[in-house]
Amino acid sequence: MPKSVKTGLFWLLVVAICLYALFPFYYAIITSLRPPADIFTVNYFPGKPTTDNYVGIFKEQNFAVNIFNSLLVSGAVTLISLGLGVTAAYALGRIQFAGRGLLLTTILSVSMFPQVAVLSGMYELVRVMGLYNTPGAMIFSDLLFTLPFTVWVLTTFVKGLPKEIEEAAIVDGATPLIIIRRVFLPLLAPAMVTTGLLAFIGAWNEFLFALTFTIDSNERTVPVAIAFISGATKYDLPWGRIMAASVTVTLPLIVLVLIFQRKIVAGLTAGAVKG
Amino acid sequence: MAAAQSELTRARARSAWLFLAPMLVVLALTAAWPLARTIFFSFTDDKLGDASYHFVGFDNYFVQGDGYTDGILADPLWLSAVWHTVWFAVVSVALETALGLVVALVLNSDFRGRALVRTAILVPWAIPTVVSSKMWAWMLNDQLGIVNDMLQRAHLISGPVAWTANPSVSMISVIFVDVWKTTPFMALMILAALQLLPTDCYEAGRIDGVSPVKMFFKVTLPLIWPALIVAIVFRALDALRVFDLIYLLTSGSNDTISMSVYAQQQLVQFQKVGVGSAASTLLFIVLAIFTAGTLLLTRSKNAEA
Repeated sequence: MPKSVKTGLFWLLVVAICLYALFPFYYAIITSLRPPADIFTVNYFPGKPTTDNYVGIFKEQNFAVNIFNSLLVSGAVTLISLGLGVTAAYALGRIQFAGRGLLLTTILSVSMFPQVAVLSGMYELVRVMGLYNTPGAMIFSDLLFTLPFTVWVLTTFVKGLPKEIEEAAIVDGATPLIIIRRVFLPLLAPAMVTTGLLAFIGAWNEFLFALTFTIDSNERTVPVAIAFISGATKYDLPWGRIMAASVTVTLPLIVLVLIFQRKIVAGLTAGAVKG
Repeated sequence: MAAAQSELTRARARSAWLFLAPMLVVLALTAAWPLARTIFFSFTDDKLGDASYHFVGFDNYFVQGDGYTDGILADPLWLSAVWHTVWFAVVSVALETALGLVVALVLNSDFRGRALVRTAILVPWAIPTVVSSKMWAWMLNDQLGIVNDMLQRAHLISGPVAWTANPSVSMISVIFVDVWKTTPFMALMILAALQLLPTDCYEAGRIDGVSPVKMFFKVTLPLIWPALIVAIVFRALDALRVFDLIYLLTSGSNDTISMSVYAQQQLVQFQKVGVGSAASTLLFIVLAIFTAGTLLLTRSKNAEA
């Protein structure tokens, strides 16, 4: 094969990959910007944009409340996971004690738990605690997967930090709590941004618990709210609005991921490959 | 000196458990207790909104009476849910791995705009599953969808296809959307492994005139194999518990129903806590065996190395 044909094929492949990755979101954006009545013809390019669909989800539906719920749930879940995760990761990554290996294996297995396996038990617990149909239900239940994941990833980061700094601190008479606060937190800050972001995204996207533990539209998080946007009949879905809601919650996420892409990839590979 | 040292070690071990305690309490509350209760409920006839229940032994799983069988294991819908889940997991993970390899190899070669392409393929990964399910449901819509429009313009199909409702193609649609969403994860995992490869053996190969295809199968693939296996296991575990995508894209219809969707339906829609819990427990057992198997396998591999 001549070299020019090879280069041509390579670039064709690159273009195909980009189209494959980006076209669906592009199409969601142009659908969300079209007038609701204009949806019955297929258009490949944006026409004259209108914000009708965006106004609709915020004015006629309480999508703003759903966004607030999601921010509350994801924020709280992230903070709790990081708070509990850092001290646990220090103990698991730095201190030798009996049962450490078994504990790490258990934590890794819990992070792979199928959520549905705990569904009825969690349902009962959420009811007993009076959290049913409140954002608290999701804050509590989402910890099931964000906490073990956070502990696992932070532990791999702690193991990678140089031991000498800590030894110097011990010689100076620092207690473990001081070591964590003064030595590890500053060093772990970048890792915590990564892990926190992944925990945030995990909680933001969570659907099964949010679907099962809420009834009122005012208590729903964004994914469930989007799933329930409906029209007059089953066959008359307001696709423009669904796409407007989708774009609204996805755009900030994509921007975050693009800003932190190197860190996120590092976090994902720390979670998986170094296992 | 030695006594002081071991005293210090003991003190540190004590503080370790102190540091772990809050995390362990939360994990016990969110994982261990609900799991235990779910298994417990699977042996009862508990229903939602009904406080009393009785023990029914293994009846939710399987019971054989006078000329009839009952329980999940005798329910054809559960059996097809198991079949769908396994089929979905095997096919989508295989396709994701193959496509992920192609994308990773492209991204690993040096070309202008490589950083841009790597950013582009992160987009499907960053989109929430609910959103990607709705996006594709819209694109695959039988009357108004762009996919039917494209295929008809290309004369690949003669009339519109009901991609998400027609039983003979709905599973293909589900797999297609899952592959779209998770190929970036695979590609990035493989890319990370590729970038750690030593360059010297490639130079040696090039000097000896080994073909690139042969280089890939004889050198690259064996070297990235361990990382590839880990990525495959992670994805397989994810695929075996699939819920969102099937629930939203095909409304959890009987033609695509997965084990997770079955369990959630029994619990919420039919209010049968007992039966739903039994389904949950079975799914948990399947995944536990799968996880234990992989852990044992990787551990024996590590021991060899």
